[in-house]
Amino acid sequence: MKNVINFLLCGVGGQGTVLASDVLVNVGLAAGLEAKQAEVHGMSQRGGSVISYVRWGREVHAPIIGQGEADILLAFEKLEVLRNIRFLRADGVAVINNQAIVPLTVTTGGQKYPADEEIRAAFAAVTPNVRFVDGERIAEELGNLRVANVVLLGALSALLEREPALEGSALSAETWLKVIEERVPAKYVELNRRAFEEGRRAVE
Amino acid sequence: MALKKMLSGNEAVARGMWEAGVQVASAYPGTPSTEILENFALYPGIYAEWATNEKVAVDVAVGAAYAGKRALAAMKHVGLNVAADSLMYASMTGIEAGLVIVSADDPAMHSSQNEQDNRTYAKFARVPCLEPSDSQEAKDFTIAAFELSERFDTPVLLRLTTRICHSMSAVELGERLELPAQTKPFPRNPAKYVMVPSNAIKRHPVIEERIRLIAEYANESPLNRIEWRERTLGIITSGVSYQYAREVFPNASVLKLGMSWPLPEKLIRTFAAGVERLIILEELDPFIEEGVKLMGIACEGKSIFPLVGEFDPYVVRAAAVRAGLLPASVLEASPAPEVGPLPARPPVLCPGCPHRPTFYVLNKLKVPVNGDIGCYTLGLIPPLSAIHTCGCMGAGIAVAHGAAQAGSPEKHVAVIGDSTFFHTGVPALINVAYNRAPVVTVILDNRITGMTGHQQNPGTGQTLLGKDAPVIELEPLVRACGIQHVRTLSALDVDEIEKTLKEYVKLDEPSVLIVQEPCALLPEARRRWVPLEVLAEKCNGCTLCFRIGCPAILKSEELDEKTQRPKALIDASLCTGCEVCAQICPRDAIPFRPDSLFVEKAR
Ligand SMILES: Cc1ncc(C[n+]2csc(CCOP(=O)(O)OP(=O)(O)O)c2C)c(N)n1
Ligand code: SF4
Ligand code: SF4
Repeated sequence: MKNVINFLLCGVGGQGTVLASDVLVNVGLAAGLEAKQAEVHGMSQRGGSVISYVRWGREVHAPIIGQGEADILLAFEKLEVLRNIRFLRADGVAVINNQAIVPLTVTTGGQKYPADEEIRAAFAAVTPNVRFVDGERIAEELGNLRVANVVLLGALSALLEREPALEGSALSAETWLKVIEERVPAKYVELNRRAFEEGRRAVE
Repeated sequence: MALKKMLSGNEAVARGMWEAGVQVASAYPGTPSTEILENFALYPGIYAEWATNEKVAVDVAVGAAYAGKRALAAMKHVGLNVAADSLMYASMTGIEAGLVIVSADDPAMHSSQNEQDNRTYAKFARVPCLEPSDSQEAKDFTIAAFELSERFDTPVLLRLTTRICHSMSAVELGERLELPAQTKPFPRNPAKYVMVPSNAIKRHPVIEERIRLIAEYANESPLNRIEWRERTLGIITSGVSYQYAREVFPNASVLKLGMSWPLPEKLIRTFAAGVERLIILEELDPFIEEGVKLMGIACEGKSIFPLVGEFDPYVVRAAAVRAGLLPASVLEASPAPEVGPLPARPPVLCPGCPHRPTFYVLNKLKVPVNGDIGCYTLGLIPPLSAIHTCGCMGAGIAVAHGAAQAGSPEKHVAVIGDSTFFHTGVPALINVAYNRAPVVTVILDNRITGMTGHQQNPGTGQTLLGKDAPVIELEPLVRACGIQHVRTLSALDVDEIEKTLKEYVKLDEPSVLIVQEPCALLPEARRRWVPLEVLAEKCNGCTLCFRIGCPAILKSEELDEKTQRPKALIDASLCTGCEVCAQICPRDAIPFRPDSLFVEKAR
């Protein structure tokens, strides 16, 4: 594996990025790596933009990363992925949930929500490795919108095994599932398991 | 092997408090410090509380430390401004058992009104300042702070920053230190504990000598260490900046200051003499840098690294490239493409927030509104746009009073939340009543401390430890402050709020409107959530309901035939059924809920 692998998670308050980054950092720990996670609480919970950072490696120092240092951008929302594109390193991997949450500045302020083509065009300058995942749709099919975050984690786990840009970063699906199961109420374990598997299938 | 667990810095401080045998802790919530007490409260056999404000919290901790129990007070950086008076006397008196004050600073102001660097308070108050650089140290330094406090008879400032408080890393857990259970007799030692001038004048040299002794000790303390690597570059650093030093300059020698005040002069001289180029890497103020320069040692700090905002590895790397410390090639992997201006996504009042109607009405009345700090500060965001000043907690009422006394021709309004009112609003309101300005104060009582994540307060009937408490009722309290015009209304009743405010702005005397309704995210509110719907056939796209700024109201794809404007559409997954939009829709296009809160209007 690379010395350190950096994830940047971004989305909108309430989308489940907190659980996702908690899972991610603990997967790193469970795999015997040094792992750190950082996020900001407070104002950003009121429907604002949120980001969190997760880093795994043999030796991890800084809790956050800067511009051009993310190996993986895991975006829960399509406007937020553009807002945070500067974090992705050249040839990094972007995993983008196919979901738009329209902010008030668009509804009542007359600003324009970016089209999918704009997103693709912006990423073309950084990396060919862009994957859209229908996290929202898959979660809806599973009967619970809240598991979209676990669908995305499933997709991420599979991509870590396959993307040449991330070579050597894979951890077994069982490691992931164990960490997820420790973090969800017993009656939702089966649902989350399915969400994770569907996420893996979505990037096959 | 000891058990290792992923902990945030705040969780680690709480763990450290428990392991250090802390028995009393008091705090007022404030990002990024809040989770320290929330987590400490979960340990068995301890006492923890939400105080009404930070000054009270420090005084409570001081009392416990005088009484011989290890005690801690926690707050965000600006909380220490409120508590500064108490820090100063606690430094003068010293303590009977360990006393630690946690200041959680917020470089980059993720959720604050300023980014002051509270290490200056340590210097100002002649107390030591410890700065952990990850969760393990957050725990270890908490324990060390208590040892230091008792060894030198001094309060200790434990200074954290957002990236320490809210980042997680692995921590080795230890056992609790069992301190003697019996309480020492409360000290009868006026020369030490009664700070009248004749006693205080004798204490001042004592604390100056104390800080000198701690500075001596700092040269040998395990909290400070030199890591020798290559000698071409030497970095003095503390707190989270240590991590950036290691990340960006892996081969440089580092002097890591776990205690950033007082500075270890001998250690610094040894380090400076051993390296060719000496730089200081610290966020915010040139605090260490100025100390080192005062020693007559040449170094560079803020001439290279930013004074404002927080660091990240890129920021440090880019600054180092500009200063010729690193080759430009280290920035190559950062394409960072330009993307056009993107729609902002500021935090907004939640769907169903009980603060919304008040701001909708204030916006209509076009009065100057002096705000305060809490969720309700978001009344500033368009389209509500109804806050015109906001500085710090408790300021709004007195700022309105000052503006009124200055002869401002408009009637001034102050808005303040329930927790903020208990924090510092009460003295300001008494001042309005006493000195008589026709200020209209609106207390937004959502029955919780919302902004910081729903903490109990004196109005909620519950304590931090989950015990029942008497509910401090606002209306009698306001009357007792000397206000005669007081009314309590439902915070969701748009018409009544408008009627009352129109009446109050005409008065020549102070008045208070209390609007009450639980925060929409509280369990009792959630139980009542029922989404409403827009009847497309009745909506003509008049856009009136967009003016309340509810995130659940969207523009539909469907245009009204006549006006060619988009109709309104309610996102059922977000709507709580607060009925604010239903009340203001002039065409009855949004039907009230079956169990309407506004039975009359619903008819
Ligand atoms: C001196 C100080 N202490 C703490 C804070 C953090 N803080 C900001 S808003 C807030 C609570 C506000 O609660 P309330 O007045 O009830 O309003 P709500 O958020 O519920 O609308 C706190 C604790 C601060 N900004 N300043
Ligand atoms: S948390 Fe409560 S008080 Fe704060 S914006 Fe949301 S509904 Fe309003
Ligand atoms: S009832 Fe109207 S104002 Fe209230 S949450 Fe629903 S859409 Fe928003």
